[in-house]
Amino acid sequence: MELTRQEDMALKGEYGEGLEISYKILVAIGNANNASKLIPIKWAHISGVNFNTIGEAGVKFLSSLDKKNKVTVTTTLNPMGFDSKKDNNLSDYFKSNQMSIINSYLSLGINPSFTCIPYEIFDLPNKGEVVSFAESNAAVFVNSILGIKTNKESALSSLASAITGKTPYSDLLIDELRKPKVSVQPEIKVETELDFGLLGYFAGKITNESCIGLETNFENLDIVKSKALSAGIGTSGRAGMFNNTNNKDCERVSFGKTELDQVKDDLNTSEKGELIVFGSPQLGIDELNLLVHLTEGKKFRKPCKIFCPRSVTEMECNNEIIKKLRNAGADIICDSCTCLTPLITKNDYDSIVTNSIKCAYYMKHSNKIDVSLKDMETITKEYCE
Amino acid sequence: MIKINCKKIVGGKADGLALLSHRPINMLSMLDTKSGRIKEEDHDLFNQIVKDRILILPNCIGSSVGAYIFYSLKINGVSPKAIICTNRCDIITASGCAISNIPLVDATGSSFKSLDNNTKVTVDADKQIIIIHTI
Repeated sequence: MELTRQEDMALKGEYGEGLEISYKILVAIGNANNASKLIPIKWAHISGVNFNTIGEAGVKFLSSLDKKNKVTVTTTLNPMGFDSKKDNNLSDYFKSNQMSIINSYLSLGINPSFTCIPYEIFDLPNKGEVVSFAESNAAVFVNSILGIKTNKESALSSLASAITGKTPYSDLLIDELRKPKVSVQPEIKVETELDFGLLGYFAGKITNESCIGLETNFENLDIVKSKALSAGIGTSGRAGMFNNTNNKDCERVSFGKTELDQVKDDLNTSEKGELIVFGSPQLGIDELNLLVHLTEGKKFRKPCKIFCPRSVTEMECNNEIIKKLRNAGADIICDSCTCLTPLITKNDYDSIVTNSIKCAYYMKHSNKIDVSLKDMETITKEYCE
Repeated sequence: MIKINCKKIVGGKADGLALLSHRPINMLSMLDTKSGRIKEEDHDLFNQIVKDRILILPNCIGSSVGAYIFYSLKINGVSPKAIICTNRCDIITASGCAISNIPLVDATGSSFKSLDNNTKVTVDADKQIIIIHTI
């Protein structure tokens, strides 16, 4: 990979340790991915915030990182492990490690947004501009729905890009590589957000490429279904993008009832749930509105946890919506999400019901909790009165 | 002595005894970071210790957070001396070795099938060369 003189000097440590380690990360990844050069980015979104995801090694790395070099572009943060304004009943060990991670990121000048849906919260760059997004649902969403370019980055690569303001020019940043080699052809009607999540999970799983084709019309897909589809793809494989270019050279793979049932059987391990969970990705205003509409005049019969960004709940115009959901019995949790959450444990619940494929995947694999998968409308019909 | 060309991912030079895996490694779930032992029973390197070895593997798989496991191995003093990827180096290994100063090369296309564990291997990432020291 070609470096400019300045980049080379930064790599050699001339401008401080923070920049040196950041360039080391980017050069290593660039070499691995055959990048020709580094290019500027508009925005970095960093994962690896929840202590459960990066562990003690992550805490040590972040605290030892030289903080003199701050981030040089707009930089936002993924959810952490708990709601900063609640008594979360977590161990001091978890809390102190979580606070250490947050303090490390804050001292680098990063916006403590604690959201996995930055594309719903912040002003967006123009179509075609380059960002570095590490949260998988966000990477797939901005690439596929918004036409903003990013590779599916990691906690370390997005942090390095935030500090340098650059990313290796490779893979999904190159127009010719934003074309699928394999395309999924739905043979059934894909209707609910759960169906779209299952389609995404299937599509992500069958390819080892960065882009997967979907032969469906998603021009008019609403944000609820677009998020479910993006999160499904981001969860099951390495793809960071979908599109429907109708490339004739694409290998076609059918998605029929058998495939839908197979994916569902993989994640759906329980008939019922003891806890209702909404989120991953966090719910935005559209999903919260939909939920208010579906629960109008009713109450949840089981405990219900809704994960959403703090900025959404604290906007004055949303006060009524949040109030209605709380009145229906929902616990609104900010700053965190369901992915590797310490807030839902096997000690408290044997099973959950959710409409989210990503939540189901992590509940089953990480939290070892059984999952009942239902779409939002069905959940409100079966679990509200 | 056999010389093999490779691509530099993370610079540096090291030599040590080979530890060859024919299967990818999921750093997050398979490594005991205190001892450097492979704890996954189903893996072909089960119970082997990566400390001070030249780890030769296809690539790493799983969560990108696995990169921090290389860092953990390094600060616990049980990391490999160098790593050779034989099937397209991935970003977990690349970023993990970058923050841990572990020399890393990509030798995709070269065969290490006949290599015995414990053969002495030199990795010179800066010169993009691997030397297998046959007796």
